[in-house]
Amino acid sequence: MEFKDYYDTLEVKRDATQDEIKRSYRRLARKYHPDISKETDAEAHFKQVGEAYEVLKDPEKRAAYDQLGANWQAGQDFRPPPDWDQGYEFKGDGFTDAQFSDFFESLFGQQGHRAGPRARGQREFHTRGMDSHARVQIDLEDAYHGGSRVLTLKHSELGADGRPLLRERNLNVKIPKGVKQGQHIRLAQQGSAGIGEGGAGDLYLEIEFARHPLYHVEGKDVYLDLPVTPWEAALGATIKAPTPTGTVDLKIPPNSASGRKLRLKGRGIPAKSAGDFYVVLQVVLPPAGTQAEKEAYRAFEQAVEFNPRRKLGV
Amino acid sequence: MKSEKSNQMVGELLEDEAEISLEQLCRACELTREDVVNMVDEGILDPLGPRPAAWRFQVVSLRRVRVTRTLQQELGVNTPGAALALDLLEELEELRARLRRLEG
Repeated sequence: MEFKDYYDTLEVKRDATQDEIKRSYRRLARKYHPDISKETDAEAHFKQVGEAYEVLKDPEKRAAYDQLGANWQAGQDFRPPPDWDQGYEFKGDGFTDAQFSDFFESLFGQQGHRAGPRARGQREFHTRGMDSHARVQIDLEDAYHGGSRVLTLKHSELGADGRPLLRERNLNVKIPKGVKQGQHIRLAQQGSAGIGEGGAGDLYLEIEFARHPLYHVEGKDVYLDLPVTPWEAALGATIKAPTPTGTVDLKIPPNSASGRKLRLKGRGIPAKSAGDFYVVLQVVLPPAGTQAEKEAYRAFEQAVEFNPRRKLGV
Repeated sequence: MKSEKSNQMVGELLEDEAEISLEQLCRACELTREDVVNMVDEGILDPLGPRPAAWRFQVVSLRRVRVTRTLQQELGVNTPGAALALDLLEELEELRARLRRLEG
């Protein structure tokens, strides 16, 4: 298990005040909030920041974490020393849906399961409603072909001793073909059971696409940046391009500029009325490394009269 | 309402125009009627229909409620602040999409 440096994660010094920790947390939470941030891996960052704050905001937990010592490096192999937490009383502050790291769990236990019901009275207990409205992340390919996802949902129910328990259940859900980012799937009667209302409500799943290494999606249209050589762009060519439904032969018209968009009609997400697939050409210059390459560029210079700065008057 | 792991469930894909009732929204997001009325008053939700019993919410309301919750819980934003953030986020998304189209 890897040691986690919570101070480093929150970008504060080890002697930071609680106020400094809170300010830094708020700033980073805004920066990496998955609904706001466009940073890569925002969600993973957001979770790490939340986990670090969970420990450092609580003076008891922070003190216990501190006495592990300052010599640990992030990423170092870690095992909690025996009885390391003796004398500390951790208070869970309610249920949390957050999934914390193994490192956190080994030190502070599963807050949701352990400290929650013990530390809180039944009256104060409530879940965050994750049970009836959940986000599900799918791959773009699932939208093209359909797919399935197993979701783990947490819900609460009263145990035999009258205390609330967190239960998990798995749902295997079919992802229909043609689904778009942000669209909802309704599963009738799969939500939380209403108290005193009889029967379960509906469960709503919000679809979110995982970031794709090749494509980006806008509504039902899908975009691909395709690198091409200068001669392919200038002379025209038929080249291979990947699409989510397989490789296609793509005809590049002569005299194509970098940034030119080529549309493959109906090859976007197969929604009710199918979206389009766009290839955006990116002209890439070959390096002038070897002698032969340099000579080729010089020959090009001799043969072509071309001043891209003409409009600038120089 | 027990579900077996192996049983695959098929849901209904809601189109953007689909609407849900006040009752359904409350159940889905575990909100009370008062919570919803408050969110309507603050401009987070914009239902169709003259009075609560006849209110119809667009499906996107589910997302707005979810984002409002995380803004409140993780960032300590109050309800009017969340309403402002939601509007700005939507505008930001639109501008980013337009930028990508222009750059593309």
